[in-house]
Amino acid sequence: MKARFEPITGRYMHLDLFGRPHRVYVEEAGEGTPLLCLHTAGSDGRQYRGLMNDARVTAKHRVIAFDMPWHGKSSPPSGWHDEEYQLTSAQYTTMILEISAALELDRPILIGCSIGGRIALHLALEHPESFRAIIGLQAGAHVDPYYDLNFLHRADVHGGEVCGAIVSGLVGPDAPDSERWETLWHYMQGGPGVFKGDLYFYKLDGDIRDRVAQIDTRRCPLFLLSGEYDYSCTPEETLAVANSVPGSEVTIMKGLGHFPMSEDPQAFLTHLLPVLEKIGKRCKT
Amino acid sequence: MIETLQQRVNGDEALVRRGRYLTTSFLLEVGQTPWLIQIFEGRIVSVTKGPFVMPSSSFALRAPAEEWQKFWSVRPPPGSNDLLALIKRRVLKAEGNLQVFMSHLRYFKEALAKLRAPGVAA
Repeated sequence: MKARFEPITGRYMHLDLFGRPHRVYVEEAGEGTPLLCLHTAGSDGRQYRGLMNDARVTAKHRVIAFDMPWHGKSSPPSGWHDEEYQLTSAQYTTMILEISAALELDRPILIGCSIGGRIALHLALEHPESFRAIIGLQAGAHVDPYYDLNFLHRADVHGGEVCGAIVSGLVGPDAPDSERWETLWHYMQGGPGVFKGDLYFYKLDGDIRDRVAQIDTRRCPLFLLSGEYDYSCTPEETLAVANSVPGSEVTIMKGLGHFPMSEDPQAFLTHLLPVLEKIGKRCKT
Repeated sequence: MIETLQQRVNGDEALVRRGRYLTTSFLLEVGQTPWLIQIFEGRIVSVTKGPFVMPSSSFALRAPAEEWQKFWSVRPPPGSNDLLALIKRRVLKAEGNLQVFMSHLRYFKEALAKLRAPGVAA
């Protein structure tokens, strides 16, 4: 049988982050306007495989996704074995700006989901000049913890099993089985304590409720796309952000859940492509 | 309907296999009605309707009957499609030794979703 190759290529980048050497896995496909993609907590850049494999996106965009340190094929920094991983807003911001600079991206479009959607709001507020547009998926200003996060990292509960099971209901009801279980597999593959460490940012450190209204969409356009079936970042929470940020554009995606780009790429693209087209037209004028 | 849980779970070989290290009993409360469910190595061995005087169980799942009804509908609406969605909305209370529940979370989610109409994915 003849093998088929996807147009995605991957490389390992070495760079210093937070004063320590890191080895970061970066993959990309396509040519044109850079589109920098941020994965959800406890997962990795494979969530954007649908975008990277769709010619409607890659004909005009260089789609780039990196695995955050500790995630996917990126390593934790040397010394990790005696540390507790905890993601902070400051680290997350630094990581995105440093990796974008190292790749010499010229004001990329930023797209981020869940924790990536939350940091997208931070970046829209603090670094609007670094991006030509920002797309927040499942982006809310804050999420209250709704289960005991300690269950995500304790020796008597299998980390992969529990992480997959925690998020399984966040996938929308219409997602194709193959994409649903691919999405959950990424969660099942996460390292011990990594999902929990990401949620430190999502549920505690990254709360942006008191500042989100200060986002100025004249400096950087902001698009918000959220799945109807997400009970982690609910449509109401995204609509609250949209209502407090003048000029932002919001879409609630029927039938989709918390991982739109990964759980059902085809359905998601029907919402994303018009946004990319709009951004393309704005940048020309 | 709850009493059909035994047959629906035990009829799913893959689900029973995933629960092969699970031996426990838990209380399922549907409004005011308690059910005691006993599991041995992934198989449900009994589903008993209360009221009970002194039921022993490792944990309990308690929600109003109308919330379970939405959860068990053919296409549950957003916010009712998953045990954790109910917990997030504070309508489902999980109480007791939750290590048993969380270490077999996929099992319990899929087992209870078996009470949806036949032929519907968990």
